[in-house]
Amino acid sequence: MTRSTFNHRLLPWVLLAPQLAVTAVFFLWPAGQAFWQSFLRQDPFGLKTTFVGLGNYAALLADPYYRSALWVTAEFSVATAALSLGTGLILALALERTLRMQRWYTTLLVWPYAVAPAISGVLWWFLFNPSIGILPWLLKGLGYHWDHGLKSGDAMVLVVIAASWKQVSYNFLFFVAGLSAIPASLYEAAAIDSAGPVRRFFTITLPLLAPTGFFLVVVNLVYTMFDTFAVIDATTKGGPGQSTTILVYKVYQDGFVGLNLGSSAAQSVILMGIVVLLTVIQFRVVERKVEY
Amino acid sequence: MVERRPFLTFLSHAVLIMGILIVSLPVWLALVASTHGETAFTGGTIPMLPGGEGWRNYSTMLGKGISTSGAPPLAAMMLNSLIMALGIAFGKIAISILSAFAIVYFRFPLRQLAFWTIFITLMLPVEVRILPTFKVVADLGLLNSYAGLTIPLIASATATFLFRQVFMTIPNELMEAARMDGAGPWRFFKDILVPLSRTNMAALFVILFIYGWNQYIWPLLITTDARFYTIVAAIKRMADVADALPQWNFVMAAVILAMVPPVVVVIGMQRLFVKGLIETEK
Repeated sequence: MTRSTFNHRLLPWVLLAPQLAVTAVFFLWPAGQAFWQSFLRQDPFGLKTTFVGLGNYAALLADPYYRSALWVTAEFSVATAALSLGTGLILALALERTLRMQRWYTTLLVWPYAVAPAISGVLWWFLFNPSIGILPWLLKGLGYHWDHGLKSGDAMVLVVIAASWKQVSYNFLFFVAGLSAIPASLYEAAAIDSAGPVRRFFTITLPLLAPTGFFLVVVNLVYTMFDTFAVIDATTKGGPGQSTTILVYKVYQDGFVGLNLGSSAAQSVILMGIVVLLTVIQFRVVERKVEY
Repeated sequence: MVERRPFLTFLSHAVLIMGILIVSLPVWLALVASTHGETAFTGGTIPMLPGGEGWRNYSTMLGKGISTSGAPPLAAMMLNSLIMALGIAFGKIAISILSAFAIVYFRFPLRQLAFWTIFITLMLPVEVRILPTFKVVADLGLLNSYAGLTIPLIASATATFLFRQVFMTIPNELMEAARMDGAGPWRFFKDILVPLSRTNMAALFVILFIYGWNQYIWPLLITTDARFYTIVAAIKRMADVADALPQWNFVMAAVILAMVPPVVVVIGMQRLFVKGLIETEK
């Protein structure tokens, strides 16, 4: 269908001007600078800048800290996505079976979405505080000495829980929407053919929920890779050692704290590459979902 | 549900109630902590039931702040957060609806290029290009200003896409009828498009308000003047001090105050919130 349009040469540009101006000044220009900077290296006093080609990238890939950050990011993202997706799915399935109180349950489960990642970090940091927190006290009863300031495993558990807590509500809502789109007639037909709840889950629910699930996996990976900066900063600050330094945290640390501009810029470019890749995958998935 | 299985129904309720309890636990403990005096935190573990110092803690934080942590009164910081959240929400909606209008209802050279330029912003979260963006804002002299807090965050591809989607569902006849009656582009926009996308705007507003209120790294970096601190960014500064001094009651009061506005928005406008969330992610 062709859409009828207004005939104006100037007006559309006037309408687009604010958005294009903001995009150019605060998105394209800085991104371009990061790209250019990633090929340069400054001496420690910032006096001389030399063009080093792909030198910053090569240095990064050879840097054991950067490789450790890659590994930490993978670990953290997969664990957070798995925990929040799993919990969201279980809660959505449970909600689907209840007839009463659905609205109440939903309200009581979705509000954490509104809590800032930084606040969620502080909340769990308080709960896991080694000296006064309630959870280390309980763990001590079980014979485990909790200390996320010293033990890297504990620190990872802390950031994964703090990051997942907030994301459960999001996944829950999307799974509820996905479940309610599955026609009830399928379940009725299966039930008449004497398929029990477990069988129905695996032959109907799971396959028909797969597009939603796949979409959520991508969205959750984007969330864990980029939006969890505040969670890390509010809880472990990337420590102990480098054990919870994810890529996006390292960009900030090397750029603002370490003032290693070339390396930080190269890291920005790599991250942009990852985002572009994930966005393309996401759009592919959405297109497939529409066809369904 | 296709058949009665009392056990499964019972299990479902149990799972949901357990889920709600676990999800609420940290906030409950924060709420409890914010109602005690400082001494409650020196005894080893935190209390589980509310105390009687709540009024004092909250009024201290709102009115005076805690000077040892460099925290100005929270009321002022909450106002800054509110300005930032509203600025981002209204700014994004305004510039996105205008650009979606241009893209859907006009044919002009370089239209595709303009569309893709906007699309790119979707791919570049601020955390990724934080250092160069900071430099641009510093060069423009926008550090420690409301403009610096809001403008760099108001370009948004998602909102533009949402409005584009909405406009595409509006039947062509409406546009032709409007033109037949002699309505120009501005009239058409004001009298037809805006009223028709009002619900979408409201839904988007809920999402964007939360997004703006919850910003952390950006305000943290560009505000060094306490007059422009936002509450979410300032909490970490307080919490770091509280780890050394037992001021958990004050910090947790600040935490609760920082999450009340967005949580109230979500619960109060739950239907719009769910609509906005599911639409903007498509």
